[in-house]
Amino acid sequence: MKKQMLALALLMTTTSLANAETLRWARSGDALTLDPHSQNEGPTHTVRHQMYEPLIIRDTSGAFEPALATDWAPNESDPNVWVFNLRQGVKFHDGADFTAEDVVFSINRAKQPNSDMKELINSIVEVRAVDDHTVEIVTDGPNPILPANLTDLFIMDKGWTEVNNAVDVQDFEGGEITFATTNVNGTGPYKLVSREPDVKTVMERNEDYWGRDQFPMAISEIIYTPIQNDATRVAAMLSGEVNFLQDMPVQDLDRVNAVDGLVVKQAPQNRVIFFGMNQGGDDIEADNVDGKNPLADVRVRQAMSQAINRDAIKQVVMRGQSQPAGMIAPPFVNGWTAEMDGESSTDVEGAKALLAEAGYPDGFSIRLDCPNDRYINDEGICQAAVGMLGQIGITVNLDAKPKAQHFPLITDGKTDFYMLGWGVPTYDSEYIFNFLVHGRESDIGTWNGTGFDNDDLDAKIKSLASNTDLIARDQAIAEIWRVVQDEQLYIPIHHQVLNWGMAENLDINVDPEDQPMVKHFGLN
Amino acid sequence: MLSYIIRRVAQSALVLFVVGLVAFSMFRFVGDPIDNMLGQERTMEDVERLRGQLGLDQPFPVQYVKFLQEAVQGNFGVSFRQGRPVAEILAERAPATLELAMVSAVFAIVLGIALGVFTAIRRGGFAANFIMSASLIGVSLPTFLIGILLIYIFSVELGWLPSFGRGEVVDLGWWNTGFLTASGLKALILPSITLGLYQMTLIMRLVRSEMLEVLRQDYIRFARARGLSDRTINFRHALKNTMVPVITIIGLQLGAIIAFAIITETVFQWPGLGLLFINAIQFVDIPVMAAYLMMISVIFVTINLAVDILYAFIDPRLRVSA
Repeated sequence: MKKQMLALALLMTTTSLANAETLRWARSGDALTLDPHSQNEGPTHTVRHQMYEPLIIRDTSGAFEPALATDWAPNESDPNVWVFNLRQGVKFHDGADFTAEDVVFSINRAKQPNSDMKELINSIVEVRAVDDHTVEIVTDGPNPILPANLTDLFIMDKGWTEVNNAVDVQDFEGGEITFATTNVNGTGPYKLVSREPDVKTVMERNEDYWGRDQFPMAISEIIYTPIQNDATRVAAMLSGEVNFLQDMPVQDLDRVNAVDGLVVKQAPQNRVIFFGMNQGGDDIEADNVDGKNPLADVRVRQAMSQAINRDAIKQVVMRGQSQPAGMIAPPFVNGWTAEMDGESSTDVEGAKALLAEAGYPDGFSIRLDCPNDRYINDEGICQAAVGMLGQIGITVNLDAKPKAQHFPLITDGKTDFYMLGWGVPTYDSEYIFNFLVHGRESDIGTWNGTGFDNDDLDAKIKSLASNTDLIARDQAIAEIWRVVQDEQLYIPIHHQVLNWGMAENLDINVDPEDQPMVKHFGLN
Repeated sequence: MLSYIIRRVAQSALVLFVVGLVAFSMFRFVGDPIDNMLGQERTMEDVERLRGQLGLDQPFPVQYVKFLQEAVQGNFGVSFRQGRPVAEILAERAPATLELAMVSAVFAIVLGIALGVFTAIRRGGFAANFIMSASLIGVSLPTFLIGILLIYIFSVELGWLPSFGRGEVVDLGWWNTGFLTASGLKALILPSITLGLYQMTLIMRLVRSEMLEVLRQDYIRFARARGLSDRTINFRHALKNTMVPVITIIGLQLGAIIAFAIITETVFQWPGLGLLFINAIQFVDIPVMAAYLMMISVIFVTINLAVDILYAFIDPRLRVSA
């Protein structure tokens, strides 16, 4: 009898051990708040995604994956309406049922002035609950890509939010703390256990999660710790204090890979790095040419692009961790083609000839503005470009600054030659065109620092938003890209490659948006 | 005496005002916080609205006066990055930095004095020479390198001590402490050595040279002639007289330990004020930067003020000339 008891006890401890797997997870930054609709920012969304859920998420290939909605389609009789069928039998962490009114409530909450998500859903006019598990979303015109804007839009429980006086989105800039800033009641696979901002966030597995059997969910506890210093972060992984690492410094990849029990996995990231040139101004400040703007000549822009040796940047600066680019769209994005992405080539002699043809046989000099703390090895890429452009006679003075000083130069139009990186959360070219190609106005073209402004093209870009004929829309996207490519609007450099370090026993696929969903994590 | 103190206090207030003014005038070179606060999808209207809301569209003297008005009432504004009152964040982070500073200071003082006395008494001996040469490392290596070196040896290679963080902390309501848990104490070792090493070397070298000076003096010779034991001479008579300048330096270095904690805290991801300040610079979190700089200058000014006043008590000549 005693023996049996002992055996049983042993059995119980071993099974509980098999089920208890702690993810000790480090990355460079922490979530800024837990309020689902405040702060539209990567690391903040990452932490929320473990506990809250949107209607739709994306899997690691970038494709839609049903979350709280099981399926969705435009209403056949009214192109301005999208119909979402909601998952049944879902419960919030506090046990409340998930219904259509929670969706209506959450989307309306996200449209409040203090919400940081409102720009993504500004086409939504009305949200109505048809029944407990069907929601209709009405937009101000046909919006074919609405679902893509909902993948970070988290659903809260109406009752819980009202009872706890958190109906209004926290006034972040005003320093407001609401109940929802520090507490979570989502439908997600993990529940909040404790949180100290910038120090540690602990979550435990939600055993009542609707997808408990559908997803691996091998991790029973998550301990999330931001570690800012690169060397310390890597050391924490090498010493075994951390078993999952984001924001891996490229120079340490080999070091981590060489350790028994640790692996680094990579995937192309949803972020392309490129240079922008001010081609709109009559005379620009940052060069030594008077009365003329050399960048206004397409041949000069092409020459500059041809001077850049992207493979050399990949080998030397990026240690192999990049994918040379020919267009400024990441490969997952609708509108990206392999042909266009292969269009950039290196031809120093050809570049010199083009420059001479444009009237600058001896080149010119110009200032390049570059961030030094935003993209992977950003300053190194710029230094390499300085040398490469020097080969064709263009003397480049590099001015590298922290991102907080660099980006205002672009948005205020104070730079004529600059580095920028771009990720596309909607996975559609329209997003790129709206911000980088459309002429600069107060609410569109805000990141287009090139001075490029083409009214026909602008009209075409605007028409994309309501074009429900997806074939015609893709056609229009291809035409716009052709102009962007032929005009050499930007000089594409490369697509960043994302590296995640992990213990060998973890089965994790790298997500192109750097957005780990722990429910997908398994064990080897 | 009273007029001397009043004059000193007035001077300190002026120093604080100027430090704040210089700091504030530099903030605009750190960058524009708006870009960090709003995502890439923001419109120009959002930017203008937020800039107006935060008062960043006003010239810096206006911003500074506003800051001072609020600050004297104990209101340091709201952190741009965390969206919480700065005073609350500072209060939350202070225990981590103060505990680290305290442990480093104790480490530096105890070890610094002990080794200083040892190297002075055993002058020329092998061990003393070795300690003196090794102490050069403490002075010449930059803090972050020492930190990384310690992490590499004790965390990565030996696996004895944690490489980052404070371990488990116990929340006492108004204070959170790492002294009460094993992991909290273990986490303190590497950062406090890193932070205190420079001060330790400084104290050790100071004690040694003062001690050598004192040991040459006549009263020590007479003490020996009286037949007192070495121990009594070294510790009762010599050490006591070396302590006057040492205590002054220790007092002044205490402020430096808190201010220098920035680098150590960044290397060890120590959740204290220094790390907060570094984050604030990267994000251009002006309210946090302003409050931190003011706090550090208050600490330095207070220490100096206290030292000045103490001198006046000790040395009557200062009182007269003032």
